[in-house]
Amino acid sequence: MSIWEYANPKKFMQTSAWALPWVVGLTLVCLVVGLSWGFFFTPDDYKQGSTVKIIYIHVPAAMMAINAWGMMLVTSMIWIIRRHHVSALAAKAAAPVGLTFTLIALVTGALWGQPMWGTWWAWDPRLTSFLILTLFYFGYMALWAAIEDPDTAADLTSILCLVGSVFAGLSRYAVLFWNQGLHQGASLSLDEKENVSDVFWLPLVICIAGFVLLFLTMVLLRTRTEIRSRRLKALLARERVA
Amino acid sequence: MKALLLRDLRLAIRTGGGFGLGLAFFFLLSVLVPLGVGPEGGILARIAPGILWIGALLACLLSLDRIFALDHEDGSLDLLATAPIPLEAVVALKALAHWLVTGLPLTLVAPVLAVFLNLPPAGYPWLMISLILGTPALSVIGAFGAALTVGLRRGGLLLSLLVLPLYVPTLIFGAEVIRRGAETMSLATPLALLAAISLGAVALLPFAAAAAIRVNLR
Repeated sequence: MSIWEYANPKKFMQTSAWALPWVVGLTLVCLVVGLSWGFFFTPDDYKQGSTVKIIYIHVPAAMMAINAWGMMLVTSMIWIIRRHHVSALAAKAAAPVGLTFTLIALVTGALWGQPMWGTWWAWDPRLTSFLILTLFYFGYMALWAAIEDPDTAADLTSILCLVGSVFAGLSRYAVLFWNQGLHQGASLSLDEKENVSDVFWLPLVICIAGFVLLFLTMVLLRTRTEIRSRRLKALLARERVA
Repeated sequence: MKALLLRDLRLAIRTGGGFGLGLAFFFLLSVLVPLGVGPEGGILARIAPGILWIGALLACLLSLDRIFALDHEDGSLDLLATAPIPLEAVVALKALAHWLVTGLPLTLVAPVLAVFLNLPPAGYPWLMISLILGTPALSVIGAFGAALTVGLRRGGLLLSLLVLPLYVPTLIFGAEVIRRGAETMSLATPLALLAAISLGAVALLPFAAAAAIRVNLR
């Protein structure tokens, strides 16, 4: 039993078909509990009022926006090194989901920034990095869409993902260097000096778990769709030959 | 290798297009910006570093798709891929040729255009230094983008979508060097980082680009 068994599309389809209802259920439980706890059963912040509740969507979405790219990086590497098709398809499936999370983080951030900072947008390092991340997602997806041969597309997008990761990291530090920030620092680091208050902490963690599971659900679903469409294409091709 | 470099240079200069066009574009942009922004010297001086760098970047972008596309069309890229010199070296040479016909002339005319943009005098040497250090990175990153899109029929727009985000760090540090130079501040850090990006890109990206070409020629 090793993780590489799931490189077999059949095995992946079987296992994911079994796991999907559980993951969907857990996602719903976490999101419903986390969001309703956060929205209705936590006190307002003494300075920010009820706008603080945006945190339950903003922070998890922002975390997943970065982690989705990280997952694409890992699956791209697996594709380049071991050439498992499921891995390449998972990377393809994750990109639009990651892009959506990035946009959610940007939009909720703007909605939060307007009452708090008095502006929808500031060229703050974090905000700018996210904008650049959006561009990377767009480029990656556009390259997938532009190439017809699936293996060529998988190869080229993987190379782009590897190189892009390096440059995304560089941009992050370049942007830090370029402008000072308005955005607050980390709110959930483990060394607990400037973390969010305990009242907000637990529902936030549940929301983060919910978003991780939501991401997993979407990626599983989309990967299954990709595999099915790949199979359909193969069937059609075979029929044409016969 | 020398023959290949000379061939690319000759092609770039004689077929027109890339060589003069990039320069003309750079020139036009620097003339149009004051027309759009207004003639006030203070504002122009402040935005000059950014405008010059963005101009260089876009001028570079214009001729990128020619790096491999023409060779791919007439089949000489296949020959180059099977030639005794490694494909990585071919990529590096082509990027060098691209830099010699875009990056280097851009650097040389940039001070003239800086006059239009009212760049403070202290900025001139740093303008030249930052462009000469930074434009090789533009060419190599561009060659990587061109290698990714070489098999596509309408790769031009996609190419800019892929390459422009990769230009972000170079742009930031490059413009920062000029800005600090113009205000006579200490600029060792951005200068070192700009050089680091250029050197890193020149050293590593030909491998990624060669891998992409191999995939495209498969």
